[in-house]
Amino acid sequence: MTNLTTIERKSERELVVTRMFNGPPRIVFEAWTTPELMQQWWAPKSSGVPLLSCEMDVRAGGGYRLAFGHDAASSFAFFGKYLEVTPPSRLVWTNDESEDAAVTTVTFEEKDGQTLLTLHEVYPSKAALDEAIVGMEDGMPEQFEQLDALLATLGERA
Amino acid sequence: MVQYMTPHLDASFAALSDATRRGVLEQLGRSDASITELADRFHMTLTGMKKHVSVLEHAGFVTTQKVGRVRTCKLGLRRLEEEAAWIESYRQLWATRFDALDAVVENLKRKEKIDD
Repeated sequence: MTNLTTIERKSERELVVTRMFNGPPRIVFEAWTTPELMQQWWAPKSSGVPLLSCEMDVRAGGGYRLAFGHDAASSFAFFGKYLEVTPPSRLVWTNDESEDAAVTTVTFEEKDGQTLLTLHEVYPSKAALDEAIVGMEDGMPEQFEQLDALLATLGERA
Repeated sequence: MVQYMTPHLDASFAALSDATRRGVLEQLGRSDASITELADRFHMTLTGMKKHVSVLEHAGFVTTQKVGRVRTCKLGLRRLEEEAAWIESYRQLWATRFDALDAVVENLKRKEKIDD
C-alpha cells in the first residue's frame, strides 16, 4: 500500500507536491542529501532514463549536478546550488539549467513518527511556469519520453 | 476516432498557421483581454480581430464571454486540458520516484534497528 502523491498548481507561478513517508524526517532527509541514496530513487528503473552521475555538495552555497542519459553523448544535466540546508526539516535549491527555472523548497515535517514531505516549486513568472508546462517536451526529450509513455497509459484508461 | 480527430486537428493547424493568431494566444496567456484591446494591441480593425478570435474559438484555443458591451477573450478549455494532463504526468513522475524512495527509507530504518 503506497501513500498518495498529490500535486497542485497553487498559484500562477507555484507548483506544490506532497506525500507522506513511513519514517521519521531525519531518515527521509538523509535519502535526499546523500548522493548514493539519491541514485537509488531519483531516476527509478521504470522511468527509462538512468542517472549517469550525481554530485551533491549539500550545504548552503554548495552546488549539485545530476546527469541523466544512456551515455555521455546523449546525456543532459540538471544543476544549481543549495540556498538553505537545515537538517532534518528543510532544503532549498536553485535550478540553474534555465533562467526560467524554479527555486525548489522541500520541507520534512514530523507527523506521529512519519514524515509529511512538501515540495514547493516557485517559478520566476506565470509565463515561466506556463512555458515549463507547454515547452518542456522540446527541451528535455529523453525525460519526456517517459512522460509520453505515462500519458499514453492515461489515455488508454480514459 | 481517426475520423473524429482529423477535422479537429485541421482546425488547430489552420488556427495556429497565422502569426497574429499565435500572438493573440501568447497575449491571452499573460492575461484575458477584450476584442477591442486585442485589436489595438495588434493594430487591426475590430472586424479583423473578431475574425481571428472566431477561428481560435472554433479550434478550442480561446473562449469568449460577453458582459454588457464588452466581449472578453481567454484561453480555451483545450489549453487547460493540456495543462491538467501535464500536471498529472508530472505527478506520476514524482509518484514513481517516491515509491522508490519508500524502499530507501525502509532500508535505512532496518539498518538503524540492526545498529541499535
